[in-house]
Amino acid sequence: MTKVTMTVNGKSVSKEVRGNMLMTEFLRDELHLTGTHVGCDTSQCGACNIHVNGENVKGCTIFAAECDGAEVGTIEGQANADGSLNAIQQAFQDHHGLQCGFCTPGMVMSAASLLKENPKPTEAEIRHYLEGNICRCTGYHNIVKAIMAASGQDVSSIAAE
Amino acid sequence: MYSFDVVRPKSVADAVAALGEEEAQALGGGQTLIPSLKQRLAMPSVLVSLASIDEIKGVSSEGGAVKIGGGTTHGAVAREVASSYPALAAMASNIGDPAVRNRGTVGGSLANNDPAACYPAAALASGATIVTNTREIAADDYFQGMFTTALEEGEIITAVSFPIPEKAAYIKFEQPASRFALVGVFVAKFGDGVRVAVTGASEEGVFRWTEAEAALSGDFSAAALDGLSVPADGLMTDLHGSAAYRAHLIGVLTKRAVAQA
Repeated sequence: MTKVTMTVNGKSVSKEVRGNMLMTEFLRDELHLTGTHVGCDTSQCGACNIHVNGENVKGCTIFAAECDGAEVGTIEGQANADGSLNAIQQAFQDHHGLQCGFCTPGMVMSAASLLKENPKPTEAEIRHYLEGNICRCTGYHNIVKAIMAASGQDVSSIAAE
Repeated sequence: MYSFDVVRPKSVADAVAALGEEEAQALGGGQTLIPSLKQRLAMPSVLVSLASIDEIKGVSSEGGAVKIGGGTTHGAVAREVASSYPALAAMASNIGDPAVRNRGTVGGSLANNDPAACYPAAALASGATIVTNTREIAADDYFQGMFTTALEEGEIITAVSFPIPEKAAYIKFEQPASRFALVGVFVAKFGDGVRVAVTGASEEGVFRWTEAEAALSGDFSAAALDGLSVPADGLMTDLHGSAAYRAHLIGVLTKRAVAQA
């Protein structure tokens, strides 16, 4: 067991962890932050995407021990300080960017990283960036539309209403 | 996963010492190793994470080459060599997906030498030099078959030096589920000749297509490749494509790479 200390959504946490404990296990089982989902557990689907030191990574493919000292962000830390949905989350709601909702935490985390790197992405850039986030419900159109809207761009040309 | 410890040395010297332990294994970005551990394909006693070693990260220019630290992520390579070696940046920016590119490293990819990985083609076509904690290895001597390299136990890739070609391009025919190359071809034109490296195709891993190199060195055009083909013998067959299909793709993708370079 190793002691790790990291900042998760702005709060400092310290825990003893096994060497083989993944960040998904650390967040869900140790911190009870179950918004980070485990879909495929094989680094394909992106439902587990989190931010580590500001970078979008797969929570199922990084060990908690590797995050010692890191700043970690999860879906639980995405809302505004008053508890209202942030611009990306609100856009997902407004544009029906989710159906079952399983992939949504990872989609929102990826969208946040994309818009940080590229504040006004094109539709093609959004689709390319989401290659590692799989959704089995929406067909992606409304997810792309929501991210376009969250970036403050016109969405009328994205997908059929 | 079996149980193991994770240690995070801050220098190459400390990492080499840690890798001297019985059943110790280096951990780069973990984007291949962690899935392998989940399948219990490896049973290390300790994983030596290389991610905290600042001296093996970053990109620098040196006399017509870019030197990339072994611990540099694909995402960082895509950003940092975009102007100095655009074909290499484009290759890096299409590995896996953004989250994978934020963890996976050039050193990890070359040490693993997956037969369908992109970096081996870039290194072999560029005539790169793989720099380790003990020596420098020419790419032509480094790749020794599927998942096999010239690296010794406990040897760490500290940097890779890529000579910058006059023209280059990498074309990947992507296997859409894994985003690995079903076949990928990297073509690089230097003043003294052309190098063509093929990944994703051979049972022996990345290789140079020397007939295409000879033809392109005389005439760097897609037409120079007319009539040339790679025999299907020794190429991989799997559910995604037969050896004959891969052989066909090599010819097509090499022409596309020349046209794009």
